[in-house]
This record gives sequence, C-alpha cells and structure tokens, in this order.
Amino acid sequence: MAKLTAWDRVQLARQLERPKSLDYIQKIFEDFMELHGDRNFADDKSIVGGIATIDNIPVTVIGEQKGKKIKENMERNFGMPNPEGYRKALRLMKQAEKFKRPIITFIDTPGAYPGMGAEERGQGEAIAKNLMEMARLKVPIICIVIGEGSSGGALAIAVGDRIVMLENAIYSILSPEGFASILYKDSTKAKEAAENMKATAQDLKSLEVIDYIIEEPEGGAQEDVNQVALNIRKYILKNIKELQKLSTEQLLNERYEKFRKM
Amino acid sequence: MIIDKVKKVNKTEKERTKNKIAANMMIGKWVKCDECKEIIYKEELHKNLSVCPNCGKHFRLSSRRRINQIADEGTFTEIASEIQTKDPLNFDGYLKKVEILKEKTKIEEAVKCGICNIEGEKAVIAVMDGNFLMGSMGSAVGERITIAIETAIEKRLPIVIFCVSGGARMQEGIVSLMQMAKTSSAIAKLNEEGLLYISVLTDPTTGGVTASFASLGDIILSEPKALIGFAGPRVIEQTIKQKLPQGFQSAEFLLEHGFIDKIVERKDMKSTIAKIIRLHKGGKVEDG
Ligand SMILES: [Zn+2]
Repeated sequence: MAKLTAWDRVQLARQLERPKSLDYIQKIFEDFMELHGDRNFADDKSIVGGIATIDNIPVTVIGEQKGKKIKENMERNFGMPNPEGYRKALRLMKQAEKFKRPIITFIDTPGAYPGMGAEERGQGEAIAKNLMEMARLKVPIICIVIGEGSSGGALAIAVGDRIVMLENAIYSILSPEGFASILYKDSTKAKEAAENMKATAQDLKSLEVIDYIIEEPEGGAQEDVNQVALNIRKYILKNIKELQKLSTEQLLNERYEKFRKM
Repeated sequence: MIIDKVKKVNKTEKERTKNKIAANMMIGKWVKCDECKEIIYKEELHKNLSVCPNCGKHFRLSSRRRINQIADEGTFTEIASEIQTKDPLNFDGYLKKVEILKEKTKIEEAVKCGICNIEGEKAVIAVMDGNFLMGSMGSAVGERITIAIETAIEKRLPIVIFCVSGGARMQEGIVSLMQMAKTSSAIAKLNEEGLLYISVLTDPTTGGVTASFASLGDIILSEPKALIGFAGPRVIEQTIKQKLPQGFQSAEFLLEHGFIDKIVERKDMKSTIAKIIRLHKGGKVEDG
C-alpha cells in the first residue's frame, strides 16, 4: 500500500462514504436495540446508544453518528453533539454499570457543537461530567475512534480501559483547519497542520495515547466494511475477556494510571 | 484674538496632561479601564485588589497577586514547581517561545500550586495564570493540577482551584486533550475520598478547562462578569452566523442558567472560601 500522508488520512476519515457508527454496530453486534433520550431535555441524534450482545455477552454500545447524505447529516447535526447527547451517553453508561455490562464506544465527530443552545445548556459541564464519571465506572470500557475524533467532543465518550483507532482515523485536539488558523494564523495551511499535529493512528500509538491500531483494507474502510467490522469485533471480544478477568479495583486502578501518565 | 490665544493655551495644557498620562502609561504607571475608560493609577488599582475603583471591573490577576490575596501571609508553600513544559509533538519553535515567555513574565507555567492557610484553614490551592500562553492547558498544567489534587487526597485537605484559560495548549496537540481526562479522573478520586473541591472561575475560563476540572467543583464560584464557556464567542458567532447577545456566557448568564453557585466579588473571595471550608468541617463522618 502506498504510504498515505496525514492529510490523505484526514480526507479518508471524513469521507461521506466511510462507514459510520451504526454501520459497524449493526455488523458487529447480534441484536442492537437503540435507546433514546437524556431524560432531561431531548434525544440528540448525533449520538446513538443502546444495548446489544456480542458472542452472547450483553454490552452497552454508544456512538457518535454522522450521516452519509446531506439530509441525514442535517438530522445528525453532522455528528456534532449537544450537551443532551453527552448526557444520554452518560445515562446509558450508568445503566451499563448497574447491569454490569461492558461499554463499547465509537468516536466519530468534528467536535462538540459550538452553538448558543449548547452553551446555554452547559456543553462544558456535560463533557466534564462524562470524563469524571467514565474514569470510575465499574465496568470495562473500550473506545474506538472510527473516523474523526476531534477535541473534547470526542474525548467525552473516550475515557476507557482500551483506546484504539482504525488505521485511517484521526484523533486530535481540534481540526487541522482550526489548528492552522490558531497557530499559523492561516486556515488554508490545514495540510501542513495535519502533518505537524500528529493526529494519525500511527502518531498516537507512538505517543502512547492509544493501545492498538485496527487494520483497514487498502483504500480505506469503505472498500470492505464487513472485513473492518470483523476486525473490530475480534478486538472487542479478545479485550472484553481480558478486562473481565480483572477485579473492579484493578480495572479502575489501571484506567487511572493509563491517563495519569499522559 | 485673546480668546483664541487662551483656547490655544488650554489646548496645549490639555495636550500636555494627555501626553503626560500617555507617557506614564508607557512606563506602566497608569492603566486605562477598558470598561469605564477611566485612567487609573496602577498602585491605586493594585491596592484595590486590581478592581477598578470607578466601575468595579475585575482586572485579570497574575497567579502571584492572586495567591497574595487568598493565602494568609507567609503560609504559601509551592508544590509541583519541578514540573516543566514538555514538547510531545516536537513542535517547531514551541520550547523557544516558552523560554522567552518565562524570561519575560518570570512565570514558569500557566498554573502555580501550593499549600497555604486561608483565614487559618489549611488548603491546597492551584492558581492558573492568564499571562502564560493565555492560561492554556498543556501537560505541565494538567500534571501540576493533578499533583495538587493528589496532594489534597494524600493530606486530607480541601482544594481550591482558580481557573483562567483560553483553552487547550495547541502546540501539545493530543497530549493537551488528554489532560482533561487526567485532571477529571483525579477529581473523581477526590470525590470518592469525600474531600471538598471549590472551583473559582475567573475571566476568561473557556475550552478544555471549562470542559474538565473547572466545571466539576462541589461548589463553583465566579468573579463578576467573567467570560465562561466551552466554545469561544467568536467560534459560536462563526457557526451561527450572527452576533451573540450582550452578556452571553458571562458569569451572570451562567448563574441564571444554573451552572454556578455564586458570584463573589474579589474583596469577599477569601472570606467566602474560608467560610465554605469551615461549613464542610462539621459534617465529617469519622471512620469506625
Ligand atoms: Zn472601570
């Protein structure tokens, strides 16, 4: 496979045809049932969540959901959650803890939505609360960046025991465009920014921010979504079983140490 | 003719005063309040806790001045000062910029932590400093704050964090983002230990700091009129393609929307914090 530049991967990660959370969820899990709402304000469609099984193990699944067509993207707010999205995720994660289900999250967002309503309803508080709660949930958590993992909006469902990325996913403090406009005062230098900001799976693996890179077929995940789903499934099964062997205390200590050394 | 001359003299007199003020501002003796436009003698401003004597505007404070205002005299002992800026991305020019800034500001990083007494109540404090890369959170800030939280746990003390931040330390990329998870995890542990955390938001508190420890206090205080939000006002305006209403994301706005407990003027901050700490002393359940 020809070596891809960071900018190539940014393009791949953002591709409309690239498989989204629900594509994987439907292929990886046997019987996903979607659940809705944060019990407080609304159901945010940019985050989907529910219960399912994988090899007869009940799990809670949460994913940031972009659309593939313009209409679906409008409905999904282009995968940019509002506070109620993060609060729905937290509600489902607390539920998972109650019923001792492992949690699997799929990360794919350009960022938390920077709108007026989001600020009025406490976007910062919603994200902060998730980080704090996820740090101590007494069940295994596996977080998978499948496309674009941008800023606190991505991190808000990405605190767990295993943090992994698809080969062509990116995970960063903000978009290369935003990075360029802040540090180079020129948003057209996004390509240059993408190379320097170390946001590819390989970069994050060498920075020891992620644990593992899940392979994609040549040309990207959209070329063979079944194969990628299978790769993810294998990873999840192997690691759920590993994590379930740990005592709660061990699990939480290791999760704490994981972020403590970053 | 005569009147003209008088006018001219008055004008030059006025100009001279103006020039004098300008010159004094240049050498840093005077500052202009950008709220009420009053020219204030710096010494007078500092005596007034850096609050405009004319309109009450709370000027931004350095960590040094803040600590002097909050800690009982001579009780502050710094911790975690050995933690220095890191450059995980090998970002071109970053460390050099930091060195120049350290030299210029005499500040080591965007937060200073320590243990002190506040009206006799022992506490851990962490004070962010907006003069250092806009109080942005990189690994040193995250690490120092985490050490402060862990020190509070180890010594069974309350912790007070004064927040001021423009957001993430972009030059540290993903490592900067991870500081949000690290500090929030530490706060989660503090909660399990039943220890008090008071978060004080000051102008401006935004981005990753808002979306982590700043929003996680048992009690969240703010200085008047502080700008507090996740997304910055400019980003929101670009997104919604309209101007934000006056006072959007101000402390008063957040109080109204239920995200902070109390707005406290600087002159009352020390006594308010001490009172909150005292109020948490009675209810402690002893082990056994
Ligand atoms: Zn004033």
